[in-house]
Amino acid sequence: METILAALPYLLEGLQVTIYIFLIAIILGFMIGMIMALLRLAPIKVLNWISRIFVDAIRGTPFLVQLFFIYFGLNSLPWISFDSTTAGIITVAINAGAYFSEIIRAGIQSIDKGQTEAARSIGLTSVQTMRFIILPQAFRRMLPTITNQSIISLKDTSLLSIIGIADLTQQGEIQASATFEAFKIWLTVGVIYFVIIYCLSLLANFLERRFELR
Amino acid sequence: MSIIQVKNLQKSFGHIEVLKDINVEIQEKEVLCVIGPSGSGKSTFLRCLNRLEDISGGHVIVNGHDITDSKININKVRQEVGMVFQQFNLFPHKTVLQNITLGPIKIRSIDKSNAESRAMELLAKVGLKEKAHSYPGELSGGQKQRVAIARALAMDPKIMLFDEPTSALDPEMVGDVLDVMKQLAKEGMTMVVVTHEMGFAREVGDRVIFMDGGYIVEENKPEELFGNPQHERTKAFLSKIL
Ligand SMILES: Nc1ncnc2c1ncn2[C@@H]1O[C@H](COP(=O)(O)OP(=O)(O)OP(=O)(O)O)[C@@H](O)[C@H]1O
Ligand SMILES: [Mg+2]
Repeated sequence: METILAALPYLLEGLQVTIYIFLIAIILGFMIGMIMALLRLAPIKVLNWISRIFVDAIRGTPFLVQLFFIYFGLNSLPWISFDSTTAGIITVAINAGAYFSEIIRAGIQSIDKGQTEAARSIGLTSVQTMRFIILPQAFRRMLPTITNQSIISLKDTSLLSIIGIADLTQQGEIQASATFEAFKIWLTVGVIYFVIIYCLSLLANFLERRFELR
Repeated sequence: MSIIQVKNLQKSFGHIEVLKDINVEIQEKEVLCVIGPSGSGKSTFLRCLNRLEDISGGHVIVNGHDITDSKININKVRQEVGMVFQQFNLFPHKTVLQNITLGPIKIRSIDKSNAESRAMELLAKVGLKEKAHSYPGELSGGQKQRVAIARALAMDPKIMLFDEPTSALDPEMVGDVLDVMKQLAKEGMTMVVVTHEMGFAREVGDRVIFMDGGYIVEENKPEELFGNPQHERTKAFLSKIL
């Protein structure tokens, strides 16, 4: 118990980094996903292709390779330079963005065509129709899958320790080797992740009930 | 002067030509009923009148605007043309009141309280004042359709299009919806109604067109068309449904 209590401040410091990266990355990722979904559904072939290539490239490669490409690969170019945290945030955001894009696209397409027709027949523009009619309904439907992807992205942040980001996992490693108490430390780290993810799903449940499908 | 002119209207879906050569003029305050067998292109015709379908050929002139002209602001024209669908298509995430006020608030920039008092008038007209704060999911089919009519009327359209507005309803609900439509007709609304309700067409219609195979086969006053059809196909169709 003492070992854990002694390590806890360091682990919580790591947790802060994890949450910080997660929050920024998930918000960026959502924006990327939204843009990519709209590009995919836009009535312009080139835009569809841009979105498809992006999504396929991300879904078809491992997270770690994406991380290394961005941190080591892009950073090796003379005119690019960013620190590990930025690289980590970018990777998680882009990765989540690709999956969000598919979720959002499917959500939009799941809304009955009659909704668009009714909205357009009143005289709403296509942008107004998307904003006031389609997206609000689609988001309610997407909420469970969005939660799911967010949880996956949160777990993905633990891989960022590999490029030296002092997140919860990295702090766990430091504490485990400093204390020689790997079992206790990793158990604690696991519990912390579990609690955070549990809170995320509680939040999602709350939102789902709040915006109950009618 | 006719409020809608349809000239050589053609519509294809891919290689399938659904409307071949449709010509018709609709007068202001006229109630035009459209009948015909399933798949004859009635809905497609109606949906071409507010360009919910892209028009493949010919001209459709609505209230002086040629909507086949790609430079026209179609959203402006649609504000003048209300549409009522077989499946109601109410917005399920909005209350009845919000369904009705959405257009006036977002498009006509009418302030919320004015839009709401107008919506309440319309709800009173369709007999659903007490449902203002319900969601569509809490209404019966007949009530939904009356809300849909009120939603379309909220934009003060010059023309109303109806695509089989009572076909998805339980029989006991049909009367309420038809009553609202009759009232509208009496007030002088220009209406184009695709319908299987021959009683309605007879009573309210000024003119009936019978469509088959992508053409208007026959058009006449209701009593003439129902009582004394000229074409074999009209006769065959009417004998099946009457
Ligand atoms: N979006 C579409 N894509 C391809 N074909 C279509 C489409 N919409 C309609 N059609 C075809 O066009 C033809 C006419 O359809 P339409 O819905 O206009 O007929 P209708 O007279 O309204 O029939 P119903 O009485 O069954 O409603 C049908 O053969 C239909 O399969
Ligand atoms: Mg039809």
